[in-house]
Amino acid sequence: MLETSLYFIQQLLNGLTIGSTYALIAIGYTMVYGIIGMINFAHGEIYMIGMYISFVAISGLTMLGVEYLPLILFITLLISVFISSTYGWAVERVAYRPVRGGNRLIALISAIGMSIFLQNYVRIAQGSRDIAMPSLIQGGWSMGPLDGFQATLSYMQVVIFIVTFITMTGLTFFIAKSRMGRACRAVSEDMKMAGLLGINTNRIISLTFVIGAALAAVAGLLLGLYYGVTNPYIGFIAGLKAFTAAVLGGIGSIPGAMLGGLVLGVTESMTSAYFSSEYKDVVSFGLLILILLFRPTGLLGKPEVEKI
Amino acid sequence: MPKSLPTESLLKVRDLSMRFGGLLAVDGVALDVNEREIVSVIGPNGAGKTTVFNCISGFYTPTGGDIIYKGQSIHGLADFKISRLGMVRTFQHVRLFSQMTVIENLLVAQHRHVNTNLLAGLFKTPSYRQKEQESIDRAIYWLKKVNLLEFANREAGNLAYGQQRRLEIARCMVTEPGLLMLDEPAAGLNPKETNELDALIVSLKEDYNVSILLIEHDMGLVMGISDRIVVINQGRPLATGTPNEIRDNPDVIKAYLGEV
Repeated sequence: MLETSLYFIQQLLNGLTIGSTYALIAIGYTMVYGIIGMINFAHGEIYMIGMYISFVAISGLTMLGVEYLPLILFITLLISVFISSTYGWAVERVAYRPVRGGNRLIALISAIGMSIFLQNYVRIAQGSRDIAMPSLIQGGWSMGPLDGFQATLSYMQVVIFIVTFITMTGLTFFIAKSRMGRACRAVSEDMKMAGLLGINTNRIISLTFVIGAALAAVAGLLLGLYYGVTNPYIGFIAGLKAFTAAVLGGIGSIPGAMLGGLVLGVTESMTSAYFSSEYKDVVSFGLLILILLFRPTGLLGKPEVEKI
Repeated sequence: MPKSLPTESLLKVRDLSMRFGGLLAVDGVALDVNEREIVSVIGPNGAGKTTVFNCISGFYTPTGGDIIYKGQSIHGLADFKISRLGMVRTFQHVRLFSQMTVIENLLVAQHRHVNTNLLAGLFKTPSYRQKEQESIDRAIYWLKKVNLLEFANREAGNLAYGQQRRLEIARCMVTEPGLLMLDEPAAGLNPKETNELDALIVSLKEDYNVSILLIEHDMGLVMGISDRIVVINQGRPLATGTPNEIRDNPDVIKAYLGEV
């Protein structure tokens, strides 16, 4: 009895860990969709780039002789967020803005093209093989009998929870309280009207891409540390998962993306634990299909009101 | 075309035309709005009044003609730049940010007044705080003016229709416009609300030196407050004059009532 509940707790912790990083990536999808109504399929690649930059920055800092771990992580976070945001900004500027206002299919194809471009660009620049990094944050708290199954909450998981929580809280406040957040909400409700009231809508759109990319970079650093390995192809599947999370929560809704990420993460880890880990993707994408069939607006999404 | 032309009127529209494929929706429309003047655009349904509005406000890029505001041609300018010059409009349908609160609607319209530096916003520098406070003060002033102060923190979409209409006008006014363009502001209002609107529009002109360009079907309102009236029929200009001249103009009567 004790063992089964400890096992369950362990799976829940693992699920929430993965889920919170899905949520971080999903916000990028949901914000962009909320404002310009397109799916940024290159977003997963931004996450992958964020992870690569983290790896490079950590090894660079270690080589320079920086030994204090929190400092390494903090500087890495800044570098990764900054460079990834620049990528996010540039992707919008180069691949989406010129085709905005045209048929939506064009933007979609442009996004897929951008995704393929970024993936191959990293593959050529960094090589297509896995690169690995020793785990920097080790240890954790264990619960349960010493001779039986122990549920472990690793320090790495704690870091992921805390960083995700701070980031989400910051974003929520930014959107709800700040002047730019207010403009973001206005643009996502009625872009044309916002423009007619003097808001530079292009700048707000750039801002959402930058925020989305920054959050993806945070997720890239966290998951990079968690898994300790990366390759140029991880962006695709992570992007799909985060997209699923965004749709699950209700695309366009930021709290929805947070919730959707957690639900998806827990669903996956429970599937792996009680059924088979090979079926976890089947279950997550099956869930996506079910949601699209029976509740297309997602868990927290509002029914689409056709804009005139 | 020279960027800047000498002009005495605030808004000067010449030979405006707008073509949608094979349809010439607006053809050769001219109008002037002077400082502190209320000009109404009237005409039968489908005459092209709203299309004229859409061209002037930058919603459409007109296919021909000149639009000169304060001596500057605004042809093809981005919508936010036109609004920053001081032209702001409403639509036939209420277009509030309905999921935002009433006061947020007024604050977001003052977005450009506050220092655009993101860092200043993050660190809340004194000048940023001061500007933000000024925005709030201005918003509260206008909420009082249109009798909506008690609803300041209500979601805009939950207001009654007449209140939403007033909020839209307040939202235009916080941008401190030189020219306010109202597209059928009295549509859907009851007679009492229409009278209040009438007084509000006149007060905007008298007390705040705003010029107003108005599209309206409520002839009582139009005849009562307009300094001049421009009549459009089937996309073409039909007559221009004071309310009295328009009332007696046989062409206008014919356009509205048909051939007798």
